[in-house]
Amino acid sequence: MLTVFLQFLFSGLTIGAVYALVGIGFNIIYNSTSIINLAQGEFVVIGGLLMWFFSESLKLPFFAAVLCTLISSGLVGLLIERLTIKPLKNPDLLLMIMITISVSIVLRGVLMFLFGKEPYVYPPFTEGEPINIYGAIIQQQTLWVISITLFCIILLFLFFKRTITGKAMLACAVNPTAAKLAGVNVSKMVMLSFILSAIVGAIGGMTITPISLMEYDKGPMLSVKGFCAAIMGGLGSNRGAVIGGFIIGILESMTAGYVHSGLKDAVALVILLLILFFKPSGIFITKSMSQLRKF
Amino acid sequence: MKKAGAVFVLIVLGLASVFLFLQNAEAKEPYKIGAVFAVTGPASFLGEPEKNTALMLQEQINKAGGINGHPLEIIIEDTKSDETQAVLSAKKLLENDKVLAIIGPSTTGESMALVPIMNNAKTPLISCAAGAPITMPVKERYWIFKTPQYDTSAVEAIYGYMKKQGISKVGIITISTGFGDAGRKALHDMAPKYGITITADEKYGPKDSDMTTQLTKIKASGARAVINWSVGPGQVIVTKNWSALKMGIPLYQSHGWGSKKNIELAGKAAEGVIAPLGRLVVWDKLPDKHPQKALLKKYTQDYEAKYKGEPGTFGGHAYDSIMMIVEALKKVGPDKKKIRDYIETKIKKWPGTGGIFNMSPEDHCGLDKTAFEMVVVKNGDWEILK
Repeated sequence: MLTVFLQFLFSGLTIGAVYALVGIGFNIIYNSTSIINLAQGEFVVIGGLLMWFFSESLKLPFFAAVLCTLISSGLVGLLIERLTIKPLKNPDLLLMIMITISVSIVLRGVLMFLFGKEPYVYPPFTEGEPINIYGAIIQQQTLWVISITLFCIILLFLFFKRTITGKAMLACAVNPTAAKLAGVNVSKMVMLSFILSAIVGAIGGMTITPISLMEYDKGPMLSVKGFCAAIMGGLGSNRGAVIGGFIIGILESMTAGYVHSGLKDAVALVILLLILFFKPSGIFITKSMSQLRKF
Repeated sequence: MKKAGAVFVLIVLGLASVFLFLQNAEAKEPYKIGAVFAVTGPASFLGEPEKNTALMLQEQINKAGGINGHPLEIIIEDTKSDETQAVLSAKKLLENDKVLAIIGPSTTGESMALVPIMNNAKTPLISCAAGAPITMPVKERYWIFKTPQYDTSAVEAIYGYMKKQGISKVGIITISTGFGDAGRKALHDMAPKYGITITADEKYGPKDSDMTTQLTKIKASGARAVINWSVGPGQVIVTKNWSALKMGIPLYQSHGWGSKKNIELAGKAAEGVIAPLGRLVVWDKLPDKHPQKALLKKYTQDYEAKYKGEPGTFGGHAYDSIMMIVEALKKVGPDKKKIRDYIETKIKKWPGTGGIFNMSPEDHCGLDKTAFEMVVVKNGDWEILK
């Protein structure tokens, strides 16, 4: 019994870690621009596919491939912001969200042309047998995903709370005009947030591809589930996104295990609805905090 | 100046039409057949090899002098994996292009949408999708044929092999798409006939990243084998999870497993996976005197030379559909009714890529479980099981 339960739990952690990373990506852009970037899932796909390209196709050593992937993903984020968000004369929130939807469609098309429709995979970061805990197994790569996720959160926390740049980015979201008056280069901060969130998305993609494979059209599913994670924890709270991601992942897995696998997506979404009914600001955002938000 | 320009354009147009007329007079009138494939959209993994195959065959046939001197013209329409678009494309082909027959569509849903249209237009359709309802009941499918094997045939091949191995309890795990649902139904329907009990019945979504939970449940249910029914990355993830869990019971895949790409992606985890596969993917392992071997070899090698990729089972379905119509055209000429009758009654012991076809007024597919070989993955390659 314990073995089976643990196995369901580990499976949930594996799935949840992915949602958590996507959720954080949403938060970065949201926290500095108040927009929901619906191309976040595509950033994850870009990370996975580029990592494959650098490590398997160009045969670069591991760390060089990681570095190249991060740099090129950051460039993609930068280009997207400079080409689609920057030229806007009246940056209207709804308009910007629509733009991110079209960006996601364009990115999917480009990825399909570059990589084709088939899935890609490369070996896990560390080779070796899965780890056995009381008869339940957990893949080594899952541990990598979880620890890298946690590492990202800590870095981001320090960045937003302890550095001037991070604080300036937060200020831009709360009130761009006031931030500008206080001497913050708002445009630069928005650009930075896109770069950062593209990189975080790419980190997610790089770490999960050995487990889940990566193909050009995986983005929308990741966006939806990651968005659920972010909403559940409260938009803007990274800790919330991570916990939300793991809750959804574990719920899906437990439902599949103890109820029926056909119902898993439905149950996770019902729980999400319940949270939205009874605590619409999310688990980790208080009501007064949420009232400061634009939406 | 303006006038001179207009006169010049007129002269050019006139010359061009005379030239075209002369060219047309030289060759015999082309035989037009339509093709509706899901070249883009979610089912594009089917439509793309099908389209490539159609283009390749058209080129080969015309290079060899066409059909009785008539060039073959295959007009390909993209359905974008959508039923409505499939209907529109078929109507366009029938009304504007006046095609003699249509091949495709790629998916069962699109094929079902075309059944009434083809019956009304009294034009033969050879579908490249597998679903049994496409050709059954045969009475209401007078003009409809299909070349892919039935899902039930693949299931029968698996169950038949399991019976020989003494396996009677299985856990099934299927993807929640049309392909998986059809397979799931066939697995349930055929189980009693082979004395098989299904102890667990699990599902997963097409973009799911981990199926450990479902497999753990199957193991706990006392199953002696796992059967996974899916196409796409899901079957690789199931294979990896199965291997990581060290389940101790064999993993069977559907006939969707037949791509070397899957072995590449799953790596060592794929060792020992068993699946019923059409002979197209294992042509090089067939004995030389097998009636399908020569054509499989030629098709695979031509395709790989032209498109730098394997044709896969799906390209093969288009190959069979086109070649049946080409043979009918050769024998009976451009008459829709005669083409239909020829396919129904004269396609007997006819080697194609999907198997050896035996069409009849009772069966518009003409394949059974003998179209499959049970194939195991060994040392990163296929091996035919006896």
